[in-house]
Amino acid sequence: MDIEAKVKQIIVNKLNVSEDKVVPEASFINDLGADSLDTVELVMEFEKEFGIQVPDEDAEKIRTVGDAINYLKQKLGQA
Amino acid sequence: MGQRRATITAVGHYVPEKVLTNFDLEKMVDTSDEWIRTRTGIRERRILEKGATSDLAVEAIKRLFENSGVAPDEIEVLIVATVTPDMFFPSTAAVIQEKLGLKKAWGFDLSAACSGFIYALITGAQFIESGNYKKVLVVGADKMSSIVDYTDRNTCVLFGDAAGAVLLEPTDDPEYGIIDHVFYMDGSGGKYLYMPGGGSLNPPSHETVDKKMHYIYQDGRAVFKVAVVGMADVSAEIVERNGLTGKDIDWLVPHQANLRIITATAERMGLDLSKVMINIDRYGNTTAATIPLCLSEYWECGKLKPGHMVVMSAFGAGYTWGAVLMRWSLPNPPKPRPDVARYCEEMDSRRFEMVEELKIKNEVGK
Ligand SMILES: CC(C)(COP(=O)(O)OP(=O)(O)OC[C@H]1O[C@@H](n2cnc3c(N)ncnc32)[C@H](O)[C@@H]1OP(=O)(O)O)[C@@H](O)C(=O)NCCC(=O)NCCS
Repeated sequence: MDIEAKVKQIIVNKLNVSEDKVVPEASFINDLGADSLDTVELVMEFEKEFGIQVPDEDAEKIRTVGDAINYLKQKLGQA
Repeated sequence: MGQRRATITAVGHYVPEKVLTNFDLEKMVDTSDEWIRTRTGIRERRILEKGATSDLAVEAIKRLFENSGVAPDEIEVLIVATVTPDMFFPSTAAVIQEKLGLKKAWGFDLSAACSGFIYALITGAQFIESGNYKKVLVVGADKMSSIVDYTDRNTCVLFGDAAGAVLLEPTDDPEYGIIDHVFYMDGSGGKYLYMPGGGSLNPPSHETVDKKMHYIYQDGRAVFKVAVVGMADVSAEIVERNGLTGKDIDWLVPHQANLRIITATAERMGLDLSKVMINIDRYGNTTAATIPLCLSEYWECGKLKPGHMVVMSAFGAGYTWGAVLMRWSLPNPPKPRPDVARYCEEMDSRRFEMVEELKIKNEVGK
């Protein structure tokens, strides 16, 4: 599965939202109903699924679906 | 001859009468009932207005005596888990001994924050397993309101005051009692949750008071991340290393710090939430008291029964964390005490309301 599809899958599962809402410009908090702890858990899920560490200062910048996809692509050297 | 094991042969608990609701807190700091409930599951907590941690413990132990018929002078060892001792010395154990007339007992305080009760339980069990003692009283008690800054919304919404007590005695029946424990400590986590002032590092002074160093400091997000993983992993570990699965567990008794940490732990173990003890909505995080408070309430209500396989798990400052596996042996009271009828009735409905509210879908294990 490519990074984008996997990221979307994780978001759908974690936030219990339908797939069509998970578009790059969707903000976790404003559009997908997440609260501050959901975003923490979401980043933890990325860390687990992709086997990486996301420092807090990076985590704070991941606010939208697109942010997450871009960050992970970069981190995994596939940008 | 089988190995001598320790088992819990009596329980008791106490919560002070004064209730501090989320709505009360709205008037004290910039917060909201909705924020607190959705982030933590807490609706209200209890506050001891007059008295100290020993007074909470004394009431819990009195109830244990009432529930069991054990007499004060039968107690041989008293271990008190707390981070809010009455004072540095003498120990809270000594204060309690005097107040209750535990004439034959010796004892001490044990400091491991939210893991204090399970650390103390296993410490107490060693005295039984060694064959040297037959009645060891283990108490978790904290007057958290004495170290909470009620102008700091980051922490004041989380904590409450309470005490719980259990009696440990030997059992020769290999089927019952404390079976296993897995404990960890990682001192590198100390900086995320601590009280800086008052000890030998920063002895009390005008400066420590002005700088609010006698209050809890917590980096909530950092603690949340490690607590979710730590409690879930250690709970799963103890089940697996005893050749069990989630299906074999009748009750998970998690430290009550945050409902979101509790549900994540249950999910990781493949446990339905109907098998998880939860009372955080009514008491918040009472540190060393959370686990014995759950055990005592669920036992008094007839929900925790002999034969039940129980996993207790906790995560707290230190960091300290761990899990205990035991098979419950204590028969239930013939009928619930009249004073507990109300919370017994509400127990299930409140819990499911709470879980529903957080929209947590526990699909695992279905
Ligand atoms: C404490 C906890 C609920 C905070 O949730 P969080 O999402 O991490 O909250 P943060 O600290 O990141 O704060 C997010 C925002 O909410 C605000 N906030 C914090 N407490 C608040 C409250 N009681 N009411 C309203 N807003 C609050 C913060 O000021 C912050 O606002 P900002 O973004 O404008 O700065 C959570 O971190 C937690 O439960 N941690 C684990 C605690 C624990 O278990 N400790 C004991 C272990 S024994």
